Amino acid sequence: MTPEEEKQVRSRQKSRALVTGLLLAALVILFYAITIVKIGGGH
Amino acid sequence: MASSPFMTGSAASTMPAHWRDFVALTKPRVMTLVVFTGLCGLLAAPGHIHPVLAFTAILCIALGAGAAASLNQWYEADIDAKMKRTANRPLPAGRMDRQSALHFGVGLSFFSVLLMGVATNWLAASILAVSILYYVFIYTIWLKPRTAQNIVIGGAAGAFPPVIGSAAVTGDVGALPVALFMLTFFWTPPHFWALALFVKTDYSAANIPMLPVVSGEVATRRQIWFYTAIMAAAAMAPVLLRLTGLIYGLTALLGTGLFVIFAFDVFRRRETDPSRMGPERRLFKYSILYLFALFGAVVVDRWVFA
Repeated sequence: MTPEEEKQVRSRQKSRALVTGLLLAALVILFYAITIVKIGGGH
Repeated sequence: MASSPFMTGSAASTMPAHWRDFVALTKPRVMTLVVFTGLCGLLAAPGHIHPVLAFTAILCIALGAGAAASLNQWYEADIDAKMKRTANRPLPAGRMDRQSALHFGVGLSFFSVLLMGVATNWLAASILAVSILYYVFIYTIWLKPRTAQNIVIGGAAGAFPPVIGSAAVTGDVGALPVALFMLTFFWTPPHFWALALFVKTDYSAANIPMLPVVSGEVATRRQIWFYTAIMAAAAMAPVLLRLTGLIYGLTALLGTGLFVIFAFDVFRRRETDPSRMGPERRLFKYSILYLFALFGAVVVDRWVFA
């Protein structure tokens, strides 16, 4: 793997990690909201 | 037919796929119609659902559709590579390896079904699971490469969302969502075959038995007309069964009337040059507007007369 390719791999890994992190944060908020609704008797 | 789905294509990249390619794998544009019909099924259902749970239900329908689309592309990567329209998808273009697409599709399938079950009810989750399995196994793997009627039976997969949306609210399957299922089911053949008429060369190149390739254009035009007649009956059924009111009734009457006129125009033409298929393109574009209008009218009708 050339240094350029390695740089591109790292860049992709970084952007994928960032998107995964944002998705996980969004899911934490969603699951929290679902839990509150369910506890509150919402259906 | 696709070669072994476990093989990695020669063009497959060793570079990790970009996150945008995972989004592309879910066919976001196709998802629009699925989300809209699912949302309409949910909004037209008799009953109440908390907005957070309603949002989650629609999210699950979207993710389920995305999962099915990913698995479809995982299986059909070799076929997609042969068609101009699909050659630039992440797998045939070599931007993603096949195993990543498989893992993504399976993971998304389980996640969407489990989340639907936990957030709403297990009937809605079960129908979502059936719709994903139907699209992948019945349509993609079984029917599509074998029969020219693939679109008709496979179209059922796209007709599930209003039933799922409604079941998420009520916990059962009522007459209206079944009527909407029938409408979408019989709408799919004229919608898709109108497209297949002017992109015929693509399907020929991929050796897919699409109706214009196998039976010819005249037979396709006849089938479009045949299914339009059944679709028209399905569109008027909710009114005749008193499941909807005047707003849907008028929208269905006018919208279907125009659909029938456009479909008849396609039926009586014998044009074979795709560049001169204006009425065929018009029917395809109008069919999308038609489905949006009728589903929108169901919701407005329910909210006005409820």
